[in-house]
Amino acid sequence: MPGWKPPDMTALPTRKLEAWRYTDLRPLTGITFATPPALSAPDLPSLDLPRLVFLNGAAAPEFSADLPFAGAFVPPDAEDVLPLAQINAAAARDGATLSVPAGQDAGALLLFAQAGGETAFAMHPRHRIVLGEGAHLTLIEIAKGNGEYWHNPVFDIALAKGARLEHVRVQQESEAAFSLCTIRAEIGEGAAYEHFTAAIGARISRTEIHATLVGEAARADVNAVELLRGTQHADVTTIIRHQAAGCPSRQVVKAVLADDARGVFQGRVEVAPGAQKTDAYQMTRALLLSPRAEMDIKPELEIFADDVKCSHGATIGALDDEQLFYLRSRGIDELTARAMLVRAFLDDALAPVEQPQARGLLDEAIESWWRRS
Amino acid sequence: MLEIKNLHARIGEKEILKGVNLSIPDGQIHAIMGPNGAGKSTLSYVLSGRDGYEVTEGEVLYNGANILEMAPEDRAIAGIFLAFQYPVELPGVGNANFLRTALNAIRRKRGQEELDAVAFLKLARAVVKSLHMKEDFLKRNVNVGFSGGEKKRNEMLQMTLLQPGLAILDETDSGLDIDALKIVADGVNALRSEKFSALVITHYQRLLDHIIPDMVHVLAGGRIVRSGSAALALELEEHGYAGLEAA
Ligand SMILES: Nc1ncnc2c1ncn2[C@@H]1O[C@H](COP(=O)(O)OP(=O)(O)O)[C@@H](O)[C@H]1O
Ligand SMILES: [Mg+2]
Repeated sequence: MPGWKPPDMTALPTRKLEAWRYTDLRPLTGITFATPPALSAPDLPSLDLPRLVFLNGAAAPEFSADLPFAGAFVPPDAEDVLPLAQINAAAARDGATLSVPAGQDAGALLLFAQAGGETAFAMHPRHRIVLGEGAHLTLIEIAKGNGEYWHNPVFDIALAKGARLEHVRVQQESEAAFSLCTIRAEIGEGAAYEHFTAAIGARISRTEIHATLVGEAARADVNAVELLRGTQHADVTTIIRHQAAGCPSRQVVKAVLADDARGVFQGRVEVAPGAQKTDAYQMTRALLLSPRAEMDIKPELEIFADDVKCSHGATIGALDDEQLFYLRSRGIDELTARAMLVRAFLDDALAPVEQPQARGLLDEAIESWWRRS
Repeated sequence: MLEIKNLHARIGEKEILKGVNLSIPDGQIHAIMGPNGAGKSTLSYVLSGRDGYEVTEGEVLYNGANILEMAPEDRAIAGIFLAFQYPVELPGVGNANFLRTALNAIRRKRGQEELDAVAFLKLARAVVKSLHMKEDFLKRNVNVGFSGGEKKRNEMLQMTLLQPGLAILDETDSGLDIDALKIVADGVNALRSEKFSALVITHYQRLLDHIIPDMVHVLAGGRIVRSGSAALALELEEHGYAGLEAA
């Protein structure tokens, strides 16, 4: 890739930072990340949707739709306050640039990223999504690959008044991969950012979402599931900033952890002075399928307004024996019964995803995760 | 044919069943009555294979097979159905999906063809109607937010769909009004045949006005202390269980 530079490893966040207490990136430091090799024969999903394809971090126009609202890559500002975004800023050479004009419904779009190579490499795409007033887009993102690599995408999202972005991510990266994704969304008056992440792949993953509600009655839905096994580690970190009055936010995060897997959820809700009638809801539940699995949950509320409704809850448990017996007593074998209960456990995190293709994709991803465990 | 021979079972260190003997020939309905804590639910769980109950002595044969060795799902496939005293709620599991998965699991193992979604819904809707349940029953999550009576009817819906050879009803009548009670009785009576038998656990004689049992047994202190004809239920209604444990 022209102009490629090795990532600046000295900028990597350490566990000394409060925001990185539960996720240790030291395994990355022992690896030399080379230039991404060319990847020419992608394994494209059979979804009937227009798509944008990125192969080892580079746009692949030959596999991508020609979209009227897609533009050329815009390099990011050189300085950034977030360490991973800073590394991305210095190294980004490509990314999707989408700008849906006011009033337009752009339908659903697939953002497909595939990675693979013989030696370890790093890629830092910078995606920008801007929706004009009243515009709508459903962005379905699939990230997958094989081999050892570091995927460090950053999304900068701006939603004008009344716009709605449905953003569904299916993270099925290689089991040797590091997948660290930063998303920043600025949500205008009456606009909605509806996010869903399924963190299924990668050795270490983090989905860090900064959703800032800047206009009245703006809405942020951030739902996620972590499905992990082996020694996988997945972190979902959210920062929801209520800066205007009358904004609802809803977060439901569910983790299903097998073997020695470790899940993390850090959810921070900040309510600025003047953000009255804020309605912030947060719920985390972990289902431990093994006594060695671990879940760390850190809710944080920082409230500077008095007329607000903020609630959060967290539970950690195992499959319910009584429910399992009930299903089995009806002739359902134990494995199927367990699969049904796991699927049921995920239900209220998945429910907000309404786009049928996204739903189908998620159901399939969950099903295939389960079959492999 | 169900044959329970000298069945002893305990929960942890506590012995609950202390030598139960009971045979139910095909085509017959037997009732078990008895005071609270007698071990009636324990017996129903041991028969259906719930974890946590240790059988220390005795055996249970169903159609000649030793069912105590079988997993709960295999007992269901062999034809045993337990209508739970306290049906379990399954948030996130749709009733229709649950019923179809169960029905097809059983049909597959019994060598019958599986039902597709359309054929299943047609069948399920007909049963829902026959049980005087609302259509939305199939759309709701299993037992979640159901009233006590609705839960019991949902057990009857499952029983009717799964067509068991042996139904165990654990106080299905408790908390039901007379109309719901008749619906339950109709559900059981509709299954009556030479190949079907049932064990009806109840506190009240009134259910037995609608499901006429071939025999009535009294379980007290972990044993069957008395057996008789349907008339025994009337006698118990009048005199209670006092003195029976000693008998
Ligand atoms: N899980 C359990 N652990 C310990 N004791 C139990 C448990 N379940 C039931 N028991 C005891 O076993 C006895 C029989 O209970 P149960 O079979 O429910 O009686 P019934 O259905 O006749 O009212 C009671 O003394 C009850 O307290
Ligand atoms: Mg009982």
